[in-house]
Amino acid sequence: MTDDATSIERSFKRDLLAALPNLRAFAVSLTGRHHVADDLVQDTIMKAWAKQDHFEPGTNMKAWLFTILRNEFYSQMRKRGREVSDSDGFFTAQLSTHPQQYGSLDLQDFKKALDQLPSDQREAIILVGASGFAYEEAAEICGCAVGTIKSRINRARNKLQEILGVTGEGDYGPDAHSSAVTKRAFAV
Amino acid sequence: MADSQPGIATQLRQLYQSVQDEAIPDRFLSLLEKLDQAEQQADQALRIKDSAQ
Repeated sequence: MTDDATSIERSFKRDLLAALPNLRAFAVSLTGRHHVADDLVQDTIMKAWAKQDHFEPGTNMKAWLFTILRNEFYSQMRKRGREVSDSDGFFTAQLSTHPQQYGSLDLQDFKKALDQLPSDQREAIILVGASGFAYEEAAEICGCAVGTIKSRINRARNKLQEILGVTGEGDYGPDAHSSAVTKRAFAV
Repeated sequence: MADSQPGIATQLRQLYQSVQDEAIPDRFLSLLEKLDQAEQQADQALRIKDSAQ
């Protein structure tokens, strides 16, 4: 019994470690700042560790961790007030202070564009377009319907294309047909 | 020229990947180590208590 429990603990720690780089990248994209992101990741590790009995081995550890981190982020934001939407100028200033943290110059432009998105659209396009989640998983992480995720991604992509002046790539995301459907279903 | 730029999906992945490729900060590794040790000590204390009874 004890050996079983220990080996589950081991694999919990190992899986948590394996998910950390991805989790941290998500935290950076949510907060826009490395040091804030790392504090958030630290809080998430503590929470996850304390709740590890609630985690069912064999289920999706990555999605579980992302859900904890996201909940933690929004609950901290609510406590601090309206910081969530106060992104623009601040993130841009951060970019010029630490340009090396955000890759090449092109990527800095992209980062600025990304920061201009509403946070719900930004997290949707990141979860599916970069973190590697399916629409269904992203919906679960964000606690919303799959159609909502699809429509947020659509709006995010359109807005990014508009800001960056590029044409659509069409290599991921909902196709034109399903986007029309989600728009109809979710435009209230 | 817009055509020569990588598309949105590619840039998004590149940006994300640039953070993912960074080394895991030491603070997380030592935090996990501490959590692990604390748990093992608690387990051990429990076992000693069990065998004493």
